[in-house]
Amino acid sequence: MGFVSNLVNGISLGAVYAIIALGYTMVYGIAKMLNFAHGDIIMVGGYLCFCSISYLGLNPFVSVLVSIVGCTVLGIVIERLAYKPLREAPSLDVLITAIGVSYLLQNTALLIWGSNPKSFPNLFKSLGNIRLFDGQLVISSTAIVTIATNIVIMLALTWFTSKTRMGKAMRACSEDKGAAQLMGINVNSTISLTFAIGSGLAAVAGVLLCSAYPTLMPTTGSMPGIKAFVAAVLGGIGSIPGAMVGGILLGVAEIFAKAYIGTQFSDAIVFALLIVVLLIKPTGILGKPISEKV
Amino acid sequence: MASMLNGNMSRRYFVKVLGAAGAIGATGALAACGSSSSSSSSTGSDSGSGAAKFKLGHIGPLTGAAAIYGNATQNGAQIAVDEINAEGGDIQFDLISEDDEHDPEKSVNAYHNLMDQGMQILVGTTTTTPCVAVSTETNNDRVFELTPSASSVNVIGGEDIGADNPRKDNVFQMCFTDPNQGTASAKYISEQQLGSKIAIIYNNADAYSTGIYNKFTDEAKDLGLEIVSTSTFTDDSATDFSVQVGDAKSSGADLVFLPIYYQPASLILTEANKQGFAPKFFGVDGMDGILTVEGFDTSLAEGVMLLTPFNADADDDLTKSFVSKYKDQYGDTPNQFAADAYDCVYVIKELIENSGVTADQAAADMCDALIAAITDSGYSHDGLTGEGMTWKDTGEVSKDPKGMIIENGAYVGM
Amino acid sequence: MAGRSRGLSRTTVSNLVTYALVVIAFVVVQAMVSNRMLTYSLQGQLVPICAYIVMAVSLNLVVGLSGELSLGHAGFMSVGAFTGIVVAASLADAIPNPVLRLIVAMLFGGGFAAIAGFLIGIPVMRLHGDYLAIVTLAFGEIIKNLLNNLYVGIDDAGVHFSFSSAEALGMAQGGKVVINGPQGAVGITKLSTFVIGFVLVLLAVFVVLNLKGSRSGRAIMAVRDNRIAAESVGINTTKYRLMAFVLSAALAGMAGVLYGMNYSSIVPKKFDFNTSILILVFVVLGGMGSIRGSIISATVLTILPEALRAVNDYRMLLYAIVLILVMLVTNNPTLKQLWRRIKGSFRRTPKEPAVASEGGDVDA
Repeated sequence: MGFVSNLVNGISLGAVYAIIALGYTMVYGIAKMLNFAHGDIIMVGGYLCFCSISYLGLNPFVSVLVSIVGCTVLGIVIERLAYKPLREAPSLDVLITAIGVSYLLQNTALLIWGSNPKSFPNLFKSLGNIRLFDGQLVISSTAIVTIATNIVIMLALTWFTSKTRMGKAMRACSEDKGAAQLMGINVNSTISLTFAIGSGLAAVAGVLLCSAYPTLMPTTGSMPGIKAFVAAVLGGIGSIPGAMVGGILLGVAEIFAKAYIGTQFSDAIVFALLIVVLLIKPTGILGKPISEKV
Repeated sequence: MASMLNGNMSRRYFVKVLGAAGAIGATGALAACGSSSSSSSSTGSDSGSGAAKFKLGHIGPLTGAAAIYGNATQNGAQIAVDEINAEGGDIQFDLISEDDEHDPEKSVNAYHNLMDQGMQILVGTTTTTPCVAVSTETNNDRVFELTPSASSVNVIGGEDIGADNPRKDNVFQMCFTDPNQGTASAKYISEQQLGSKIAIIYNNADAYSTGIYNKFTDEAKDLGLEIVSTSTFTDDSATDFSVQVGDAKSSGADLVFLPIYYQPASLILTEANKQGFAPKFFGVDGMDGILTVEGFDTSLAEGVMLLTPFNADADDDLTKSFVSKYKDQYGDTPNQFAADAYDCVYVIKELIENSGVTADQAAADMCDALIAAITDSGYSHDGLTGEGMTWKDTGEVSKDPKGMIIENGAYVGM
Repeated sequence: MAGRSRGLSRTTVSNLVTYALVVIAFVVVQAMVSNRMLTYSLQGQLVPICAYIVMAVSLNLVVGLSGELSLGHAGFMSVGAFTGIVVAASLADAIPNPVLRLIVAMLFGGGFAAIAGFLIGIPVMRLHGDYLAIVTLAFGEIIKNLLNNLYVGIDDAGVHFSFSSAEALGMAQGGKVVINGPQGAVGITKLSTFVIGFVLVLLAVFVVLNLKGSRSGRAIMAVRDNRIAAESVGINTTKYRLMAFVLSAALAGMAGVLYGMNYSSIVPKKFDFNTSILILVFVVLGGMGSIRGSIISATVLTILPEALRAVNDYRMLLYAIVLILVMLVTNNPTLKQLWRRIKGSFRRTPKEPAVASEGGDVDA
């Protein structure tokens, strides 16, 4: 039973990483930039939801919407102010700017909400946990909602990128921006839309993350952000199904490493896993092999 | 490629000019003998008697992940300083506070900054790891240091597991040392027969947690307590506890010992509740504050026991007055970090009275007199965090820990 | 080739300026220290500044010269620091002279870091671009995790290691624990001085500038500029990339020893992703490939947060805003044009295109 329990926990944790990784991978696919501020948008999403519930007294569903809308707007604003002017800049400069934005978000959150950790309410308590096998296996409501949300988002994104015009425009831009522009696609608004979707997803991830692990601090988004980044690369950065695979794999690996090898070395093992995978498949599990033109 | 080179070159020149200007400006600002900038914290209220003020320094994390603790000690000390200054007596304090972001390098920088501002006595640092580094500096410079909450033995120095760490005779602690907490917890659990199968979850990336854990297991072995499960976590993985709690549950533990801070503790309580695991929980002074986490469901903390020197719900006058002042000024219930700092300031006041040092003396001159005063066998202090507190020349404090249990959302003495 | 016959080449002059800058700065600061003109604050920061300069210069070797993004550089600093501490502790009786002991510790620290760099470099060199970056990040975290679980003790029988606990070291009476897992190293005898820091900075600058001007350096830069073209003319890309990586790790290790022996306690947690990013920011702001830039930016950006203590609450916020603004401003096309025109008006002779002048080196 321990094994199944750990597996479920791993998948649930991995589902959160997967949603965050989706944001990373979409932005990387289009803008070829590593948005290090992504993890902190998660944190902002968590705080917006918390404030809506605790201070404005709105019901959970509306609060989540507030959070999504808020983060989407934030994502677009950041993109317009900080990333768009650097479209032609060397990628390292964009990386440093992203780091700057990350610090900016963390410290602004610290000034607004203070350093005391907040306890995020369990939004899904009313749904009840599933108890199987006489209470030996407990699947929490949060885990179920997280996994379900992950599947829904995956399906929605896959439909979006293959069936809708905007989605196809996104895929075109990630393949070849120049050609896309020649075909009449408005690259700027496509990129903005990608950031908007990514940030909205980050808000969802924030709500789910904080529901599962109810401590909220300005630094909450930092480590999950790094781990999700690793997950995105693990699955093949730029690939949407890859983000899901990478996220789940990472979550399961983390829980299993803690359970069966030892909690002291679990971080090292998880990162070592990434290195091993990349050595075997240098572009990630579902990544496209890069052929270079001479 | 050529355009990128050009672009880089123009930025290099730009940054070089900026950098040179910045370097000149910053060096000029700092090289001026003694920076006159004081930090964001307010200085003590102005006294009318015109007495020279003692400069009390405070170092702690005011920003960053550990900011709760630095802000708590700063606030607690500030309340004490304001009270003493308002009395208008001969002893007046100027509290200067600097941020160390819980980092040893920045903490040493903060210490040097305070020295530039003329600090004479240090209330700090708040957290252990920076304190070990800073206490070496204060020892070299002969500055009297009373730390409210840095609890590792390495702070005061002395032999511990054979560590080569000589006693720094100018450093004293208001809080229990980690080993003492570990030993005291084991003894308390054994005497009160709180549990027979013990599980431990501790933070193996944190000196505080590991220090308590080590001594707890040593003492538990001597007392014949059975430890059925031990698991760890690090600061980076302090969110998911399903594995650790699951291990404790499956090994049949009836008491879980948590030598950790209250944020991870609150997550462990939530996880245990989710898994339907309801052992007794026993924490140490880091658990204090769990009831004040905004939005936390305090029913999850029902029955949690802890050894703590400070109880915000106590009904003695000193505590009630402190708690109400803290709530008025800072909008929060104080935790034991704030109480420790409050006691530190009052102890220092008494030491100054007893030793007769004056505010115009240099820090190094006062140091030995203050050391003699605090280790004097006749000296003891009754404060928020203990009665009859005394100090040996080892730097450790002697006070009785109070066993508390959380009932109906408040601390109750056991 | 009018430039050749005019005596010293542009690069040599540039290099000499860099050396002069370091030496003059040292002399001036040392004079200020002797005359008690420096505040405690600044004086206390001299050694960390030297360490950060060397870290930035060594990272520039990988990021600027080799053109690869390394996000785990602090890991090498960490390996060097803890190695140096163990060596210094075990040689405390054998080598009583503190300066000599520190130098020996630095050699060992740099050596071990170089070995770590080699072991890590082999898998890392098989990757490129952002994948390489993430793997270096992973290795940095792995090192941090491993060192967090490392226990080292010294007694009469020698040095003991353990990955589980201090008790497991099994030491005899009178032995002392040098590295205590997550508590790091305590009771370190502070050996670092500003003079040694200066020497290390000079050494690092010397090594890197010489590498830049040498055949190997040109090969490394060729690999950076166009890997496939370099391969096609027979340059062993892996060898040169690995060379840069290992050298950079060695220098970082020595900087780590300098840093570690400046404080009485050091924990592995300090050398994490944030520190790696901090140094990366030094390098990028100073200009990639520009050693002088790295020196200046490391110095300014280390002093700046301390100088801003008056606005402590907003310190990091200001730092973040300044970072973003600098990036935006220096990449703004209109400002770049303006800057180029201003520079152009100062030039007496028309600027030769980079390719035609001395070997196409970038400005030091």
